[in-house]
Amino acid sequence: MEIVFDIRDLSSWFGDHQILKKIRMQIAKNSVTSVMGPSGCGKSTFIRCLNRMHDMTPGFRTEGEILLDGVNVYSERIDPVYLRRRVGMVFQQPNPFPRMSVFENVAVGLRLNGRNMSKADIAEVVERSLTMAALWNEVKDHLSQPGMSLSGGQQQRLCIARALAVAPEVLLMDEPCSALDPMSTAKIEELIEDLSEKYTIAVVTHNMQQAARISDNVAFFLMGELIEMDKSGKIFTNPSDKRTEQYITGRFG
Amino acid sequence: MTGTITFRRKAVDRAMKWAFVLCACLVILPLFLIFFDLLIKGAKELRWTLLTDLPRPVGEAGGGIANGILGTVVITCLTMSWSVPIAVMCGIYLAEYGRGKFASAVRFTVDTLTGVPSIIMGIFGYILIVLPMKRFSAWAGAAALSMIFIPVVVRTTEDMLRTVPTTVREAALALGIERWKTTLFITVRTASAGILTGILLAMARIIGETAPLLITTLGNQFWQTRLDQPMASLPLQVFSYAISPYEDWHDKAWAGALVLITMVLTINIVARVLTREKK
Amino acid sequence: MATRSGRNPKDLAFEKASAFFAFVVLFLAALLFAVLLRESLPALRKFGARFLVSGTWDPVADQFGALPFIYGTLVSSFLAILIAVPLSVGAAIFIDEFAPPWLKKPVSFLAELLAAIPSVIYGLWGIFILVPVLRDYLMKPVTKYLGWIPLFKGPAYGPSVLAAGVLLSIMIVPFILSVSREVLATVPQRQKEAVLSLGGTRWEMLRIVIGQHCIPGIFGATVLGLGRALGETMAVTMVIGNRPEIFLSVFQQGYSMAAVIANEFNEAGGIQLSSLILIGLLLFLVTFVVNLAAKWILSKMVAHASRGI
Repeated sequence: MEIVFDIRDLSSWFGDHQILKKIRMQIAKNSVTSVMGPSGCGKSTFIRCLNRMHDMTPGFRTEGEILLDGVNVYSERIDPVYLRRRVGMVFQQPNPFPRMSVFENVAVGLRLNGRNMSKADIAEVVERSLTMAALWNEVKDHLSQPGMSLSGGQQQRLCIARALAVAPEVLLMDEPCSALDPMSTAKIEELIEDLSEKYTIAVVTHNMQQAARISDNVAFFLMGELIEMDKSGKIFTNPSDKRTEQYITGRFG
Repeated sequence: MTGTITFRRKAVDRAMKWAFVLCACLVILPLFLIFFDLLIKGAKELRWTLLTDLPRPVGEAGGGIANGILGTVVITCLTMSWSVPIAVMCGIYLAEYGRGKFASAVRFTVDTLTGVPSIIMGIFGYILIVLPMKRFSAWAGAAALSMIFIPVVVRTTEDMLRTVPTTVREAALALGIERWKTTLFITVRTASAGILTGILLAMARIIGETAPLLITTLGNQFWQTRLDQPMASLPLQVFSYAISPYEDWHDKAWAGALVLITMVLTINIVARVLTREKK
Repeated sequence: MATRSGRNPKDLAFEKASAFFAFVVLFLAALLFAVLLRESLPALRKFGARFLVSGTWDPVADQFGALPFIYGTLVSSFLAILIAVPLSVGAAIFIDEFAPPWLKKPVSFLAELLAAIPSVIYGLWGIFILVPVLRDYLMKPVTKYLGWIPLFKGPAYGPSVLAAGVLLSIMIVPFILSVSREVLATVPQRQKEAVLSLGGTRWEMLRIVIGQHCIPGIFGATVLGLGRALGETMAVTMVIGNRPEIFLSVFQQGYSMAAVIANEFNEAGGIQLSSLILIGLLLFLVTFVVNLAAKWILSKMVAHASRGI
């Protein structure tokens, strides 16, 4: 099993408030890893460390290492811009760019990332990305419509297509279904499974059923600590920590 | 305040209601009166030649305000050519990077400048450009108008950029788009309708400005497109015709005012439509 | 993986560039103040504090005092406030409390349009419509019957401090109106309902609520309107009469600070020019203080109101 992310004793703070406490875990290539836990456990903060989305937040700092193919992403030599091209992200609320069409939403990453691509090449990537995001058939006749005009579930798949277009290796998803209805959720979950053949995926979720359905591995976070991480089958049937058991049996959270 | 509402209290209530209605009517009334008079009195001299001809001496029929219209267009474009970039970039700085004391100082300065009477901006243009060049000029007028234009546009640019949700910036950054490109091609683009509206409203404002031009560009009876010379402008022509003692010039003042208000209101309405379309 | 130093150099360059433009704005403002100060120094040195209290404006003898202009500016602005504040607040209450929903937008839109009209057009309308109407239907009858009151002493020429005040009031209405509406909007709905549920009439409700909540805010709106009125140039220049003397009667001609700058600047030189710029500097400082006060009052008021009952 090839390791993509090797997280070593990652701690983080907002000002004086410690969010993450010495997280140690590994994310395997071409797998789906779920990060679950009650709200406020630090799971979103954790996943946003993996592509340095906190860089803009004043007062945020980290300790420890996040090794991506052996290089610490927080090292001085890493430009977050290049890191994020390798590690894409999908957010909790679908956030297509307002005032951009469906097509532009997917193409804009290619255009602004300074690759000199011909129009035909861009169109091809857009089609491929939308197809991978299982959206092409629904939008192929409405590519020039505003991205905002799509339904919530379609918007989220558009955001996935947008992330895929810049050809990342890893896809981070921060509660991608929490704003969606059950039908759209099912579609996204199916999509995550398909994508895991080509991409390494990390999903934050507070929904245990979802974690059980989609993941290969599950990490359980509580109060900023990683309680345990294991195969999905094991953690839901035979967790080794008492707190995990309490959580999955609905004792809290 | 318990018990039933007496007849007297009811009557007072009704009277006050009508008093408020009256206030609203009195507030709106001047608008209708002004537009009515502009239409009636302005229509008298409104001919094609008004828009295409130069002014003529008193007593001679005909003549127009073409040089004034041209001057207004030239001075407005000149002002905006440097004021738009300065103001928009300053607004970007305040919205995207502006924390700390320097940004607060800039914000306070911008607020202060917004409230400075426009005649004082005229003095600014006069001292800075007319005095050293020893000549009234379009440059001086544009310098004065910039001081009116810039603070207004800085404010709207900052406000509009702040309405762009953080999630939009995050989405762009997560794609590996550099921050400056995110700002310029995603954030500014998202707010572009609002920023454009701000620019248009500020433009409408400087098109109608008279006082600062009176002491900087001075006005001119003839065609003049050289920027280092005194230049005509529409509001200045309206002013000098209005205070002249001649009846037929008064008519031209009204016609010029009608043209001026048409320009200003058109821009205002276009600006408002722009922001409405967005939502 | 392409690696670079932590901070993207282009990002840094863009931030510095935008900061530079922010600095340009700061610099322009500083320059404005500096040139006003420098050019007014000769007059300041020659006349000192006397400039504020002297009523002489004599270009031949090179003696200058700003009192008539300060007086005209203050009186015309005060008149404008006196007329505009009750009307604007009344109209704001009408829009927010009494107007049927379909009427709210058009009325506030029309009031906003008043702010879009260039001041030279107000002046034009003032000269040919407002001044004759005021003279024939207000000033003449009033001087005839109440002329013994110094405030209304004739003769009624037409162009006058009163005409300037009335015209200014129309011009500042949109500003006071929109701030008043913001102030009214800070009143918690539950407080209004509380008064109504106790059996109060609409007016009693408004009286109580406005009395408790909105007086400071309306005062702030008033000060803001004052800031606008003080600096208005063209419209005042065209109707105030431009006579540098002090009369108690509002029916008499007067002059204003902005107007004297507009009228005499181009022909002035030497100490007269410096005196005019000194008037400009005074106007700058006064409007600065007034606007600052308005902002301060309004920010305090909003913070106060947001705390609720």
